[in-house]
Amino acid sequence: MQSAVIVFPGSNCDRDMAVALETVSGKKPQMVWHGDSELPSGLDVIAIPGGFSYGDYLRSGAMASRSSIIKPVIEAAGRGVRILGVCNGFQILTETGLLPGALMRNSNIHFVCKDAELEVGNNATLFTSRYPKDAAISIPVAHHDGNYFADGGILDRLENENRVIFRYLSDMNGSARNIAGIINEAGNVLGMMPHPERAIDKKHGGTDGLALFESLLC
Amino acid sequence: MKVRIFVTLKDGVLDPQGKAIHHALESLDFAGVNDVRAGKLIELDVDSSVTRDEIDRMCHKLLANTVIENFEIELPETAQEKAS
Repeated sequence: MQSAVIVFPGSNCDRDMAVALETVSGKKPQMVWHGDSELPSGLDVIAIPGGFSYGDYLRSGAMASRSSIIKPVIEAAGRGVRILGVCNGFQILTETGLLPGALMRNSNIHFVCKDAELEVGNNATLFTSRYPKDAAISIPVAHHDGNYFADGGILDRLENENRVIFRYLSDMNGSARNIAGIINEAGNVLGMMPHPERAIDKKHGGTDGLALFESLLC
Repeated sequence: MKVRIFVTLKDGVLDPQGKAIHHALESLDFAGVNDVRAGKLIELDVDSSVTRDEIDRMCHKLLANTVIENFEIELPETAQEKAS
């Protein structure tokens, strides 16, 4: 599996993401600068990492989602390349329109940084096949704008189509229906607020993120 | 010309910042404030050749996220007259 990590000014989980991808796949991912207008050829997986791209100016993910690398990323998504957006990466994916809805300021206005207890809502996806059905897992979150919003029709559709992939077991940030991660209609684009790349080694305090990378890469 | 764009959260979208400001006003003993909504003001200095339509597209493509936000475009008076 060939993978790449997109790096924006203000990304700060790009190296953790690269370590996770390399640990599981055995291959170094290519680091791709946001200003490039082409992706390396032959990619199977593109990761859009967490951080505070462009200082969260205008809206979280707004500037990054208009940078020149995004056009080829959208085209790659159309070809079925797997795309994983974590935290700021999830915000960027909603801003590009690859995923529906928006991530708003946490409802209690506080930055939240802790382990989140999650339910795996669907283990029949490219990203979650290595998790047992209805698994309860613990993955760290660290965000200010993780409050998922979409109108009722979109939320119903996400639920009816089993596209809510991760759900907080208790209220985390005011997210509609406790949504922590969703997938696109075609099933190859996942956005999630929790950080699976921060839970792949016992030294991290937990390894519940490992199965996601194994599902994705193995 | 100077164009002002007001970006506000849609009705029904929770505005925690507005709520916090409201709470702070109350704690300063200002009575009678029923609700507070916080938004953004974006000022553009544009050539007179830029049309309202183009500004509208700028709002849709970047300046506002219409999933959660509304926007209003305020043109300078002279330009408004021209536009109308």
